[in-house]
Amino acid sequence: MKELSLHVYDLMENSTAAESSLIKLTITDSIVNNKFHFKIEDNGKGMTPEFMARVTDPYTTTRTTRKVGLGLPLIKMNTENCNGGMSLESEVGKGTTLQFWFQHNHWDRPPMGDLAGTIVMLVSQHEDIHFVIKYVTDQDEFVFDTDEVKEALGGMSMNDLSIIRYLKEMIAENLKAIGANE
Amino acid sequence: MTKVKSLADLKAMREKLQTNLDVREKAENPESLVQIKVAMATCGIAAGAKQVMEHMMQKAEELGIQAVFTQTGCMGYCHAEPTLEVRVPGKEPLVFGHVDNDRADEILTKYVQNGELVEGIIPVNYETIDK
Repeated sequence: MKELSLHVYDLMENSTAAESSLIKLTITDSIVNNKFHFKIEDNGKGMTPEFMARVTDPYTTTRTTRKVGLGLPLIKMNTENCNGGMSLESEVGKGTTLQFWFQHNHWDRPPMGDLAGTIVMLVSQHEDIHFVIKYVTDQDEFVFDTDEVKEALGGMSMNDLSIIRYLKEMIAENLKAIGANE
Repeated sequence: MTKVKSLADLKAMREKLQTNLDVREKAENPESLVQIKVAMATCGIAAGAKQVMEHMMQKAEELGIQAVFTQTGCMGYCHAEPTLEVRVPGKEPLVFGHVDNDRADEILTKYVQNGELVEGIIPVNYETIDK
């Protein structure tokens, strides 16, 4: 993946496929600590210890259309190339927490890319899931909670182009205001 | 400092948006709309499916095509990503591979609007998957 936001998209899709009703993404973008840290928590069906042991093996997947699953192997490789790492905790029936981090100023760290567009695409495609997205920088933080969005929309669907566009601009402006890395 | 957009503004816009949606909902029984499913698994995302989907949504609006966009899983055509399935009302769904922005425009203007076939069709022997 060329952008971190695409990794986030891909890995959060795993959570949506695990029948979660709540997915939290926390990004800590700290220049002071020289760390770019991502945490994805869900309350989905979780994984057995046996499956988890194999999960970064590219020949492990729950899909039936193909035999390879590259989401986790790719992020593992990318973080390890950037003096970072990943960790995974999971319990069957309770959910899964995935964390991965990079050395912020590492030469090989991919750029963030279009995080605002990614978030909006993800939440508008999974309206039945409650997403809480938190972005923390050295200066401030920004929280995007789909329950609040739903309340503001009063029952209207998020999957409408003008709403998608508005939310995307809103997130992008807020991220810029707190000094998020682009 | 300029004011940053917030959800309160969205609330204020609601009425205006609602009228737009009403127009759409009147026409809405999904069978009468063009349905476009974008394959959005690791392979699709890595190949740029997200950006193609955004572009296509924008373009469909410009062209006034009433389309429903959804995302789907991997159909097993990882070699041809980004792929998308287009279902025009009354026709069998078609799957297009190697879709970039230009190809997406072509699919909308030629196939959806005029029924002409365009390059990049993946022959059928697949089944739609729900996820």
